[in-house]
Amino acid sequence: MYDFTYHRPKTLADAVNLLKGKDEARPMSGGMTLIPTLKQRLARPSDVIDLGGLKELAGIKVEGNNVVIGGMTRHADVASSADVKAAIPALAHLAGHIGDPQVRNRGTIGGSVANNDPAADYPAAVLALGATVTTNTGKHAADGFFKGLFETALGEGELITSISFPKVEKAAYMKFPNPASRYAMVGVFVAKSASGVRVAVTGAGSCVFRVKAMEDALAKDFSSAAIKDIKIPADGLNSDIHGSAEYRAHLVGVMARRAVDAANK
Amino acid sequence: MTSETGIGARVKRKEDQRFLTGTGRYVDDLPLARATYAYFLRSPHAHARIKSIDVSAAKASPGVVEIFTGKDVADAKVGGLICGWVVKDKHGQPHKSPPHPVMAVDTVRYVGDSVAMIIANSYDEAKDAAEAIKIDYEVLPANVDLAKALAAGAPQIHAEAPGNLIYDWELGVKADVDAAFAKAAHVTKLDLVNNRLIPNAMEPRAAAAEYDKGTGQYTLWSTSQNPHVLRLILSAFVLGIPEHKLRVVAPDVGGGFGSKIFCYADETMVCWAASRVGRPIKWTAERSESFQTDCHGRDHVTHAELALDKDGKFLALRVETIANMGAYLSTFSTAVPTYLYATLLAGQYTTPLIYANVKAALTNTAPVDAYRGAGRPEATFVIESIVSKAAMEMKIDPAELRRKNFIPSTAFPYQTPVALQYDSGNYPPIIDEAIKIADYKGFEGRRAEAKSRGKLRGIGFSSYIEACGLGPSQVIGQLGGGVGQWESAQIKFNPTGNVQVLTGSHSHGQGHETTFAQLVSDRLGVPIDQIEVVHGDTATTPFGMGTYGSRSLAVGGSAIMKAADKVIAKGKRIAAHLMEASVADVVFEGGTFKVAGTDKAVPLGAAVFAAYVPHNYPLAELEPGMDENAFYDPSNFVYPAGTQICEVEVDPDTGEVEIVSFTAVDDFGNIINPMIVEGQVHGGIVQGVGQALMENAVYDEATGQLVSGSYMDYTMPRADDVPSFKVGYKVTPCPHNPLGVKGCGEAGAIAAPAAVMNAVHDALAPVGVGHVPMPATPLNVWQAIHGAAK
Ligand SMILES: Cc1cc2nc3c(=O)[nH]c(=O)nc-3n(C[C@H](O)[C@H](O)[C@H](O)COP(=O)(O)OP(=O)(O)OC[C@H]3O[C@@H](n4cnc5c(N)ncnc54)[C@H](O)[C@@H]3O)c2cc1C
Repeated sequence: MYDFTYHRPKTLADAVNLLKGKDEARPMSGGMTLIPTLKQRLARPSDVIDLGGLKELAGIKVEGNNVVIGGMTRHADVASSADVKAAIPALAHLAGHIGDPQVRNRGTIGGSVANNDPAADYPAAVLALGATVTTNTGKHAADGFFKGLFETALGEGELITSISFPKVEKAAYMKFPNPASRYAMVGVFVAKSASGVRVAVTGAGSCVFRVKAMEDALAKDFSSAAIKDIKIPADGLNSDIHGSAEYRAHLVGVMARRAVDAANK
Repeated sequence: MTSETGIGARVKRKEDQRFLTGTGRYVDDLPLARATYAYFLRSPHAHARIKSIDVSAAKASPGVVEIFTGKDVADAKVGGLICGWVVKDKHGQPHKSPPHPVMAVDTVRYVGDSVAMIIANSYDEAKDAAEAIKIDYEVLPANVDLAKALAAGAPQIHAEAPGNLIYDWELGVKADVDAAFAKAAHVTKLDLVNNRLIPNAMEPRAAAAEYDKGTGQYTLWSTSQNPHVLRLILSAFVLGIPEHKLRVVAPDVGGGFGSKIFCYADETMVCWAASRVGRPIKWTAERSESFQTDCHGRDHVTHAELALDKDGKFLALRVETIANMGAYLSTFSTAVPTYLYATLLAGQYTTPLIYANVKAALTNTAPVDAYRGAGRPEATFVIESIVSKAAMEMKIDPAELRRKNFIPSTAFPYQTPVALQYDSGNYPPIIDEAIKIADYKGFEGRRAEAKSRGKLRGIGFSSYIEACGLGPSQVIGQLGGGVGQWESAQIKFNPTGNVQVLTGSHSHGQGHETTFAQLVSDRLGVPIDQIEVVHGDTATTPFGMGTYGSRSLAVGGSAIMKAADKVIAKGKRIAAHLMEASVADVVFEGGTFKVAGTDKAVPLGAAVFAAYVPHNYPLAELEPGMDENAFYDPSNFVYPAGTQICEVEVDPDTGEVEIVSFTAVDDFGNIINPMIVEGQVHGGIVQGVGQALMENAVYDEATGQLVSGSYMDYTMPRADDVPSFKVGYKVTPCPHNPLGVKGCGEAGAIAAPAAVMNAVHDALAPVGVGHVPMPATPLNVWQAIHGAAK
């Protein structure tokens, strides 16, 4: 790794100021993505701003109909949170199946969502649950937040402080892990609420996406049978040694049906 | 003597205390004063000509001590790396031997070929400097696909090997085999690819070297499975450092699986450069370097045909294989697909006629060499796949077809048509036991139950044989091997009665420190905590051939037993003197010398003390001291055999294969420590399962890049991928070594791929799938089902 200057600010304001002052500064939460990137010399930040000391970013709260998870909250804490398990069990389940124990004890929801890895799990939950991403400068609705491969609506120096998930009637997440990395090769999050059904797919494409045809069919009949004939086009889906685009397209259907069945249980 | 620590006891591994508490000492742990750190700059291209290298800016980079390029190494007349096994082709000509420079001079031939060594005060400074090296490459056409390597027009990798052919070798008489096929009632044909594997030892390769200007002595610490052989190769062929001026130490080594047998370029460079820079040099491979440059394993393309009579008796077997050598010939690469492969094609069967033709080919990939099982997994995969396929085609129960063709227990020693003579074995009771443990009878019920859950259940057999315990030196020599294959041992008592057992074998996870101590404790009656097993240092241990080919116990353990017998023989003479008895009347029992029929007794410890303080001692006839040496050269290989039964469930919607039951019954001869044997079996099966379902080294055809170059893309088997294994044993002691033991280190990995793949094929037969390529990843299985449904 190349040399950089390390900072560990105590307040969000300090963190934001540190980021502003430098041209190549990078925030760091769990470091589970950033540190391997540095070790492989794929990034050369001048400064690394460790968000681990920011109390504003920690913790899980239930506020009315929403579960609000601080940006620095570790996957393991989401997975084991009684509040999350009670309000949105599918979200706790998802967090509990990210990576391995070491990764879950370091990786954070803010880091994951900001990073927007095409195979990450959280983006599917954020999009399917219609969550709101709160930053130091404002709020982003889930739709429109995930812009493309590793690309989000976050502006320069903008930090995720928390993510607010509305409770829903039913939800489930089904993940088909990449055999090697165990990231999502295809992950489908299905959520049913008073305002309708949302189906979000991660891993299959360059960025998490919704499947309108399934949402419409499920809004009428929330059963796996309702979507069994919906074919996902393979065009534009990821293709690699673990899965062709056709295979991923097929898996979207399988995982979506299994998610609906799980949500109905 | 049977005791809590003797032969047959489940003694907990002595070495685990330090491994599990983080107090092992590995190469990278060495504190070396004034150390420098090396980084190797490697080729990003699969095949390219180096037009120029400019290191001037890099040399000025902070902390840089020295930079060497291939030209510097060539100018210093460093020898090339060698291939130590001469295979003669079907015309009697030795295999083609393209040069293997320790650093590329004008051409790079695979992604990872090293082009410069940067030595600096810190590793990061060395890496920084590497970025400042300017290399002008002219990219050449490359081929990474074995199936295309021998085709006309394939890119030529070495001028010395026209058409990329290293040898075209055969075993058996083709005409006789063809004649048998002409008379066959049934012929089963099979095309197989044995997927390429990357060893992935937990500890990456590492080297550290120091040169003592005062004495001219080099010390090389290296992650080696065979430090004496490494020293021999470096001395005699590569660096020319006299053997007595080179000490090679392989301290704690974190796994090897074969990949640390070989003499590599990087370790060689570290040793060579130590004298040039006048400071110690340390190097530890990064994980990505391990992926790119450790010798890979397997990688065969095979067409096989089995001829059977109408009742299912095997008449003949015909096998055509192309084996990938990679871009250069590694240390034992040529032997693996010939003498360790084709000679095993009889398996457990009486197949009277066998013909094998093996072509070894070059590709622009990392060198390929021995990897856990080396040749024998490839042979077992061919035989056990084609036997199961024949059973399916002829509608004969797969266990029945095997039983029908087993070599009968009365036929040993059994001469196969492919050179080997099996010393002992009894196969039918093994498969019977496996069938019982696996509840084969209940399988159809389980298949039906699985179907009700939407799963396709299948069962697969694999009855393997292996020749290991390498090996009789003279046979190895006749077959072209360049070294002897005996092993050495020294039992050195200290005056206070405790013992050092020095062995030429090397332990890198196998538990020798425990198993070998058990042998000595059992034979000499010394408490196990008084025994220290010492290995891995050419300065302290007798010359040894090292550890591979499941040879440590059968050969190294036998050497220890011979040395122990010498201790007893000498002890008897000392005891006879002390007891004023005749040597012929002295017996040794439970660690004590006695005169039969009297109450006279001298414990071994007392005899040892007398040998070191020889005040009352027969000095006229006997030397003082108790320090005995032995070398053991086996009279044959050993032939472990067994049957594995694997049961899988396939999810037809996703293509996922789950192993739901796995049974292994083995004949390893006598067993010294059942717990350690189980560990070896479990680990071997997991490696075999890894090959069958997950692991695959993939190079991109267009760019020659290693696509599966990290754990993001190379799937290693994990604990939750396998069920709890059911293991059993049958024992036919090896008749020719003093312990009656056969090897157990490779068996699991040898047999498992066929067991798993046969189960997968059995599961998928009802949906019309004929063949799934290995590894049976979800993608491959789904595509096979999807293709079959079309
Ligand atoms: C072995 C392994 C397995 C994994 N498996 C999975 C898996 O199965 N599923 C999965 O979803 N993920 C997986 N991950 C990813 C991991 O779970 C983390 O979610 C991910 O690394 C990012 O979180 P982090 O807190 O570590 O972020 P960091 O590495 O600290 O940061 C990631 C990026 O986000 C930026 N960033 C960090 N925090 C913020 C913030 N608050 N606001 C704005 N930008 C920010 C950083 O600058 C950086 O660019 C795996 C990681 C590893 C190492």
